[in-house]
This record gives sequence, structure tokens and C-alpha cells, in this order.
Amino acid sequence: MSGAPLLQVTDLKTHFLTREGVVKAVDGVSFSVDDGEIIGLVGESGSGKSVTGFSLIGLIDPPGRIVGGSVKLEGMELVGLPDREMRKLRGARIAMVFQDPMMTLNPVLSIGTQMRLALNAHDRLSRRAADDRAAQTLARVGIPDPRARLQAYPHQFSGGMRQRVAIAIALLHGSRVIIADEPTTALDVSIQAQILSEIRDLARENGTALVWISHDLSTVSSLASRLMVMYAGRIVEAGPVGTVLRAPRHPYTAGLLKSLPAAARPGEPLAQIPGTTPSLLNLPEGCPFRPRCDRASEACAVYPDLVQEDRRSYRCHNPVAATEAA
Amino acid sequence: MTAPFIEVRDLHKRFAPSLSLGDKIAARLGARVETRAVHAVDGVDLRVERGETLGLVGESGCGKSTVGRMISGIMTPTSGTVRLEDKPVRVAGAKADTRVQMIFQDPFASLDPRMRVGDIVAEGPLAHGLVDKAGLDDYVAGHLRRAGFDPALADRFPHQFSGGQRQRIAIARALAMQPDVLVCDEPVASLDVSIQAQIINLFMQLRRDLSITLIFISHDLTLVRYIADRVAIMYLGRIVETGPADAVFETPKHPYTQGLLDSVPKLVLDDDEIVTLRPIVGEIPSPLAPPAGCRFNPRCPLAIDRCREETPPLRPFGGGHDVACHLAE
Repeated sequence: MSGAPLLQVTDLKTHFLTREGVVKAVDGVSFSVDDGEIIGLVGESGSGKSVTGFSLIGLIDPPGRIVGGSVKLEGMELVGLPDREMRKLRGARIAMVFQDPMMTLNPVLSIGTQMRLALNAHDRLSRRAADDRAAQTLARVGIPDPRARLQAYPHQFSGGMRQRVAIAIALLHGSRVIIADEPTTALDVSIQAQILSEIRDLARENGTALVWISHDLSTVSSLASRLMVMYAGRIVEAGPVGTVLRAPRHPYTAGLLKSLPAAARPGEPLAQIPGTTPSLLNLPEGCPFRPRCDRASEACAVYPDLVQEDRRSYRCHNPVAATEAA
Repeated sequence: MTAPFIEVRDLHKRFAPSLSLGDKIAARLGARVETRAVHAVDGVDLRVERGETLGLVGESGCGKSTVGRMISGIMTPTSGTVRLEDKPVRVAGAKADTRVQMIFQDPFASLDPRMRVGDIVAEGPLAHGLVDKAGLDDYVAGHLRRAGFDPALADRFPHQFSGGQRQRIAIARALAMQPDVLVCDEPVASLDVSIQAQIINLFMQLRRDLSITLIFISHDLTLVRYIADRVAIMYLGRIVETGPADAVFETPKHPYTQGLLDSVPKLVLDDDEIVTLRPIVGEIPSPLAPPAGCRFNPRCPLAIDRCREETPPLRPFGGGHDVACHLAE
């Protein structure tokens, strides 16, 4: 595997064919993830960030469908892979952690049973060997007294501990990539900080790559090395975290940053982005951010091409100049 | 000394499980029935001046929402008092105090899905005689406009609007009661970042135009830092630190406040910067069995024996900055 990235997404399109029309939730998303890299995917609700995550791991249910593009994991094409083949990879080579562990863990099975099921989906292990591995993995994510906790049920864990269990299950088979969809959003600040620092250490130790999906720029920026900003189904800006946040080129990224209370002085009004995120059913022609953008011009009636600039890229006809942002 | 605008004194709230006869018998016979009460709020004192914004901060289960509900009169305290301009807040019945209104976190749950927007806003003031039928439409339109909601859409239903728009409806409903105090319980937590800014700006504008007193309940320290004049940090039912926002955020004295501030992820502007997070160790203990003494002691890096035995009182550190820690100096 020389040279090729671990995960290569090219022009991915996931659409939902609803009675009201075609919802283009993901409409031409391309990016790549290298071994051990942590990459942040940021966007507001309806931007397509979660659907992107689900598409990578082949969990799109009808009426949704991947209608185009390619997802290559270690050179292997995942789009169009038969479900049986996909199941062999899911959990073993590529895994996912969801926002709400109360919804993803089975409430009537003990943690031990669930972890054994996950283990036996890909390996044939004796019960003792499975328990050993499950307990080891729980210990690695910071669950005290892991062997005894195998007998416990999800409701006996706090929210933070449940999310640790979900992360442990994702780690069981040493996946090369973990997709994490808002994994700390439901947690308290102090617990979030614990999970963030632990998951970063785990990823570093194992060389696991992470695709961290979140609406929270601050969380992503303290974890990821690269950042992608999504709006209305496309990545509108991408690049190294610091570069993008210090001097955003896309007006949407710039607007998001300015609207954060952290960026404002108390008492001064926050810079707000007018309007709301557009309905994906009837996106405006051209750049979908155009109706909310104060830099919009006639050129914006045509969808902007990707502009490459050093290690960053963006889609905008009238980008914010590097000097303006500061 | 004149009484403060809002004075909360020694407020307690216990939630005891309601046991059926069967449960009680089972408990007697030694079955595992939960009979312990949750002491959700355990002796909270607060003072809020007119026109001030108080930020009430804490993690889940700390009792901040329960305090908010008791201040707004929709929940009765187990003991303790809430006084508004030196008069007790009347909580129930036709003569209930309407001067304190509440705005909730989730505008998908707090608006009746079967009522039209206009009726939602009109119901309260009509019932309390703040407006008569003749002037109702103008009255409703005025309050919707004030909340940044187009009155032309007043005959639609809540489900036809986005989260941000719904929160504006909830704000208009509260404003229509002509309140002096708004208790806002995580009012932007369920909104997108770009919409959050719009709603926060609206609160700031209302505060300026109507000199409304705000009690702003949130887990988001950055947001509270931005909006509040004074803050109170809660942990497991008690206030551990309170004071002017600048003092508490710049020179936090309680180890919990310090840990909380260290836990907040900051925006990273340097490509090579590796952020070191210094999370507070351990979990929030169950409020069913809170630790003795200082409730933060099992997680506190500085705890000494005294912290495990003796509850630290709030001690003044000057300028209204009070800290409940034996070791703070």
C-alpha cells in the first residue's frame, strides 16, 4: 500500500428519493484520509455531514442511495459492494461511533454479550478468549474494573461510560478507520474533555485514522489536524485546522467563526449569518450559500469550482482575502 | 439595605420516589426498591438585581434547571423562598405571578403542535387579562415582531418552522406576558451555530430595549461568559462559586470551576499546536448518594481530609465573588 491513502472518497453522491423530490444530501464530496490521521468534518444540521459518514460505512437505507462516486478503503472499492462483503469489513476494517450510545447499545444484552457478538462477527474466539479481549479493550478506554463490568447492562453506565463502551466496540478489531458522528455532543463538558484526550491517545497508539463529524468547531480544532467544512451537501472549504480557522477563505466558514461567542467581546452583538440553511429539496441555482452571503455577486449563479491553494481548498467565486479575516 | 430584585434563600428541592403499597412492602421485605430521595437542589442562595443577567452554569444533574423552574414558579420548592421585590412569588392559581416567564431548551417540545402560532402567543395574556379580544391581533403581532418573527405567518402551525423560528415563537409567547424576568433554560443548546448567534443577539436586544432581567441557564461556559454579568457555578445541587463573570472566569477559585474551564475545547488557530486537555478526573457522582463534605472532593486534585467531612460554606472574596472551598484563598 505505498502512496495510496487509507481512505479515498471521490465525488461521492448520496441522494434520497422522497415523494417531494430528490434530496441531494451529499452531492459530490471528495477527500482522503491517511493512516493515523484525524480529520474533522464540520457542518450544521442538514449539511450532509452525517450522511457522508453513513455512506462511508455503507449504512444508507432506502429511500437513500449512493448514486455516484467512489469510496476506496485501502484501495478496495466499497460503493456497490454486496452487503455480505461489506459486513466483513464493517467493524473489522472500518467502524463507526454514533452520537447517542443509548440508541446504539442493546438495552437488554449485557455489555459482555454485545462485545462477544461483535468479536465473533469477525473472529472465532472461545468465550474466555473473547471475554479477555473485551475486558482488555474496555480497560484501554478507561473503564474501571472492566471484567466485572462485562456483566453490566447499558443502563447501569453513565452517558460518558456508555460512549466509552461504544468506542471500545469500535476498537475491538483494530479498525484502520473509525468514523465518529458527534460522539461527544450528548456528554457533559468535563466528560467530553476526558473522551477527547483519550481517543486522541488511542488513535495515536494504534495508528487508527479518525473521521470526526461534529457541529462544534472548537472540539474539532482541538482534535483534528485537518478540517473540512460542509454546506448543503458539499465540502465548501478544507485544509489544515489552524490555516482554515485563522484565515478562512469561504464566507460561510468566516461567518460561522464570527458568530461564535468565543470570538466576541461581551456586550457586543454577535456577527450573525442571516437566514437559515436552505432546504435540500430546492437548493438555489449556483452556490447554495448565495442567498445568505454578503459577498455574493452575479458570478455566484454558477456553482464555483474547487480552488486549490497550497494545502487548502475552497469553493467560492469571491473568497475572503487572507488579510481581511484577521 | 434594600432587598434585591430577586432573592432566593436556602432553596431545597427533593424528589422522592412515589412508592406504591406493593413497593413499600417489597422494600420492607428487603427487595431492591429505590426509596432514597434525590436532593436535586441543596441550599441555594441567589440574588439578582434588576436588569442584570445571571448565568447559572453546571453539568447535567447539578440542579440548575430545577433552580430555574422554582424561580419561575412552575415547580414548588421543598423548602426555602423565592422573593421578587421582597414579595413571595405566587406559583399557582388564577392570581399566579406572571412577572417571571420561562423559555425552554427544546422548541419542538415546548410549543403545542395543534395550536396556531398566534394562539400560542395569545393564550397567556388573554387568560390573565393583559389584553382584550379587540386588541388581541395587534398585541400578538407586536410581540411576534419584537421576537423577530413575521406576524403574517401567525396562522401557521409550529411544525412549519425551523428550530430557530420556533424559539422566536417561544420568546414571543413569554414576552406577551409582559415579564420582568425571563428564565432561559439552555435556550440555544438545540440550535445550529449560525442560528444560535441570531437568538443570542435577540436576547441582548430585549435586555437593552425592555431592561428585562435574565436568568440564563446553560452548560456552555463560552456562551455564559459572553452574555452574563454575574455567574453562579453549580455542582450536585449546590453553588460552588459565584461572582461577576469577569472575576469567576479570569480568576476561578474553586477547583471545579478551574477544571471546567480547562475542559472547554478552544479554537485552535495554529496548525502545529497540540492541544493539551486537562480533564477533571472521574464522573459526577449519583445525586442519590452524594459524597459527604464538599461534593466535589472525590474528583478534586487538592482534597484534604477536611473536605471529606465538612461542607464548605460560600466565603466572600471581595467584589461579590464567593467560593465554597476550604482551600480557596
